[in-house]
Amino acid sequence: MSTVLTNQIIQKRLVEKFGDAVTNMEEPYGMFSFEVPKDLNLKVMEFLYDEPDLNFRFLTDVCAVHYPDQKGRELAVVYHLHNMVDNIRIRMKIFTDINEPDVFTATSLYQSANWQERETYDFYGVNFLGHPNLKRILNVDEMDYFPMRKEYPLEDRARLDKDDEMFGRGGSVV
Amino acid sequence: MDVREQIRETNKDFPGQIHPVPGGGIVVSKFDDIINWARSNSLWPLTFATSCCGIEMMSVASSKYDFSRFGFEVARASPRQADVIIIAGTIVNKMAPVLKRLYDQMPDPKYVIAMGACAISGGPFFYNTYSVVKGADHVIPVDVYIPGCPPRPEALLHALIALQEKIKSGFTREQIRGEKPQP
Repeated sequence: MSTVLTNQIIQKRLVEKFGDAVTNMEEPYGMFSFEVPKDLNLKVMEFLYDEPDLNFRFLTDVCAVHYPDQKGRELAVVYHLHNMVDNIRIRMKIFTDINEPDVFTATSLYQSANWQERETYDFYGVNFLGHPNLKRILNVDEMDYFPMRKEYPLEDRARLDKDDEMFGRGGSVV
Repeated sequence: MDVREQIRETNKDFPGQIHPVPGGGIVVSKFDDIINWARSNSLWPLTFATSCCGIEMMSVASSKYDFSRFGFEVARASPRQADVIIIAGTIVNKMAPVLKRLYDQMPDPKYVIAMGACAISGGPFFYNTYSVVKGADHVIPVDVYIPGCPPRPEALLHALIALQEKIKSGFTREQIRGEKPQP
C-alpha cells in the first residue's frame, strides 16, 4: 500500500463494512477506540486481521473492566490490536451482561489470546466460548469467585488510610 | 546480663568439661550437645526466594557479607540436600502447597527462617489480598523471624547466627517437637 494507514482510514473501512454496529468511536491520546456488539467481536477482528491494508496481526492485550453501575452491560472486554507494519494500535471494546458473560474466543485468530483470555476469565469470570483450555491461570484452582469484580472489597474495612472509594468500589467508610 | 548474651556465653566453647588426667585431659560431654554443635556449624540453605528479599539473601551469600563464614556453606538447589530454608518473600496461596512440599522433602534435621515482613505476616503491601498467605508459619513451623522490608544483610546474618544459638541450645521447633512422642 502506498498510503499511510491512519485512524481515519480504519474508521472509514470499519463503518463501510459494519455500518451502525461500530459505535462509541473516539481517539483518547491518539489511539482509535470503538465499541462493537459482543456477537460481532470475532467478525470485526477477522476483518481487521485479514484485510491487507488493515493487517492487524498482533493482539497486544485482552482485559476486562467491571462497571457495576451500567445495568445489562457491566463487563467490558477490551482488545488491543497492533498493526506491526504501519505501527498503529487500536482498541476494541465489547460489553456484556454480568449474568451472561459469554464472549466468543479470539484464540482461532490470535494464539496469544489463549493465556490472556484465561487471565481475564480468572479475574473477571468472562466465559470465552470455544476456548481450548479455559481454566484459572494465576489464582488457585479452588478459588470460587472472581476477585477483580468490584463487589469484593479491595481492602480491610477497618483500614481508613486506604479507602475503597479511591479504587471505584464504593466508600468503605460508613 | 542480656538473655542473648547469656546464650552466646554458654554456647561459646565446645560443649563439655575437661576432665584432667595425668599427661593431658579428657573432654566429658553429652552426645546431644556435640551433635547440636556439629549441626549448627554446617547449615546448608535451600535456594528459595519468592520476591525481593531474595536479592538481599543473594547479597548475604556473595563475597561482601559471605554467610559461608558461619557455616552456611553453599546454597543447595535441591531440598534433599538442604538443612535450612530461608523463606525470602511473599507466600501466595498457590505457592503454599509448594512450600509445604519443599519442607517435607528436606531431610531431618531441618530449620526454617522467615525473612521479611511478607514471610512473617503477609507483608506491608499485600497482607489483605485474596491471594496472599498471612505469614509463612500458617504453612510450616518457623524458627527465626527477621523483620524488615527487606531486612538488611546484617539482619539476615544476625538471624542465621541466632538460629545457630537456638540449635546449640536445643530450642528449635523440630528439636522441641522431637522430645514429645510423635502421633
